[in-house]
Amino acid sequence: MTAAITPTEQHGARAHSDGGWDAPSGRAPIQARSERFASVAHDDFPAVTGIESEWKLTPVATVRALIDGPLDGSPYEYAVDGDASLVEWIDRTDARIGSAGIAEERAAANAWSSFEKALAITIPAATEAEPHRELTIRRSDLGDAPRATHTVITAKANSNATVILQSTGSATLSENVEIVLEEGANLTVISVQEWASDALHLASHFATVGRDARLKHIVVSLSGAVVRVNPSVHLVGEGADGDLYGLYFADAGEHFEQRVYLHHVGPNTKGRVNYKGALQGDGARTVWVGDVLIGPDAVGTDSYEQNRNLMLTDGTRADSIPNLEIETGDILGAGHASATGRFDDEQLFYLQARGITETEARRLVVIGFLSEIVQKVGNPALEARLHAAIETELARSAAEPKGEPA
Amino acid sequence: MSVLEVKDLHVSVETEQGTKQILKGVDLSIQEGQIHAIMGPNGSGKSTLAYTIAGHPKYHVESGSVTLDGVEVLTMSVDERARAGLFLAMQYPVEIPGVRVADFLRTAKTALDGEAPALRPWIKEVRESMSALRMDKAFAERNVNEGFSGGEKKRHEILQLELLKPRFAILDETDSGLDVDALKIVAEGVNRAKAATGLGVMLITHYTRILRYIKPDFVHVFVDGRIAEEGGPELADRLEDEGYDRFLSDASVA
Repeated sequence: MTAAITPTEQHGARAHSDGGWDAPSGRAPIQARSERFASVAHDDFPAVTGIESEWKLTPVATVRALIDGPLDGSPYEYAVDGDASLVEWIDRTDARIGSAGIAEERAAANAWSSFEKALAITIPAATEAEPHRELTIRRSDLGDAPRATHTVITAKANSNATVILQSTGSATLSENVEIVLEEGANLTVISVQEWASDALHLASHFATVGRDARLKHIVVSLSGAVVRVNPSVHLVGEGADGDLYGLYFADAGEHFEQRVYLHHVGPNTKGRVNYKGALQGDGARTVWVGDVLIGPDAVGTDSYEQNRNLMLTDGTRADSIPNLEIETGDILGAGHASATGRFDDEQLFYLQARGITETEARRLVVIGFLSEIVQKVGNPALEARLHAAIETELARSAAEPKGEPA
Repeated sequence: MSVLEVKDLHVSVETEQGTKQILKGVDLSIQEGQIHAIMGPNGSGKSTLAYTIAGHPKYHVESGSVTLDGVEVLTMSVDERARAGLFLAMQYPVEIPGVRVADFLRTAKTALDGEAPALRPWIKEVRESMSALRMDKAFAERNVNEGFSGGEKKRHEILQLELLKPRFAILDETDSGLDVDALKIVAEGVNRAKAATGLGVMLITHYTRILRYIKPDFVHVFVDGRIAEEGGPELADRLEDEGYDRFLSDASVA
């Protein structure tokens, strides 16, 4: 009963391959997104077969060790750029653990059962002397043995900070990241995955956003064999804001997946989800699932989610599945959009008609396409580094541009 | 003296109903410094001629030639044609998200010249051209054609014409959708470019209105994929009075 999901053709309109809620058979959602089972215990979840909707687009066999195997949950080496006193190891029994959410699938629960200490990052309220704090936590070479990690980021009331989680080197990792924004906090969390080419990484991010607080959450996945980062963001307090952005560039053999859940809980919340990805090379594969739930008390919600994918070569596959559930009629607006396609020939023609070579024109179009997300980062050094990383990715394909009729 | 020469050009496009002949033998010769107005009713093939010369992949050349100083253009790629000195101001310029106008202009200039322009004089030149076209400075920071009004898109096309300095420019219905003030500004831009570089212009239009501001040396009437009549500026005046009916009835009989 696994339905074949075919890439959308560039110009051809075709029925959504996922869903089919309006089909004559009258399918209906099995459960609301908020009713999904959650537990911190691995054994509470049934065995994963790979046909579950949560797992059917993931190479389950490749990441089996993370779903079911023993995980090393001991503390690891990390480096901090910024005020290192804000970062500490805390015990499993610490009250902060579980304050933003708990595992909703077996690999996340496996990590939750396995970690020994959690890395806690705590941002104090902004002061005149420190109106904005910036922290980069770097970890590299977690090793090939399967690992579990747990991170809790707490943005105290009226704090203002950017926290960058930078991952490089080899890893076989299942992790949970909790993000708590207290009242009036303004926090940007950027998770950058630039793993070694054989790295396996499953991550769940849980965020809860308090009254008048604002979370900007950005997932950047540029390398790794399987990278699956699933942010669940709950806009709980009145007037909470959530901007959820993502940028990914999958090469041959890479699988990048993101299942984004934005939950409008409190009144007058605003949410924006925008994920953009490029794919190139045989077997480059991306998955984006965007669930937005507007709860019964979330009156005055303003929500929009979108995903765009640019397929640079043949042999790539992008799945893009937006879902929207609305439980109150009293909202400002809610919408979603998804588009997956090849290069727009008209864009290439326009640039080439100005003397720009085809290779350079393609480069401009891709960089422009992804720039929209890079520009959201708001940290010039990281923006420059991401631009450079995208250029490097593109240089790999520049040697073999696809031909165009003369 | 450069010359752009179109000889017995036959062009078709693929449609859902099959192959459709659009150009059925076009002959046209434009010398540097001349302005040729191509006029004709909708669907007569004017834009097809423009896009075929520029090299749009949608148009299939069945026979004929387009040469620039004797060198065949039709075998060149789109960007090679531009570097050879051809420019097409498009009727519907496409949006290019994330690419700023300033970066785009400099990239194009660099591609055409084979080297990056010296920064300070280039910035000054861009500013002056933008100012002459009544374009706000902030325009350079916007993404190419993204959210531009119809008038802004046309000004942006003419800005490129002025800055990129082609030998021959094809203006595809640059006047369409412009109010009279914008039309004057755009026409002044074309006249400035011609005065500065002495380029040849193929001015494609449906209406005679723009010819009050850009004076053609020759007028060609395009009907059903061919040039049906040619003459001097007086032909435009006649079209103003009589319209295209005289040609259309001929075509429908043929």
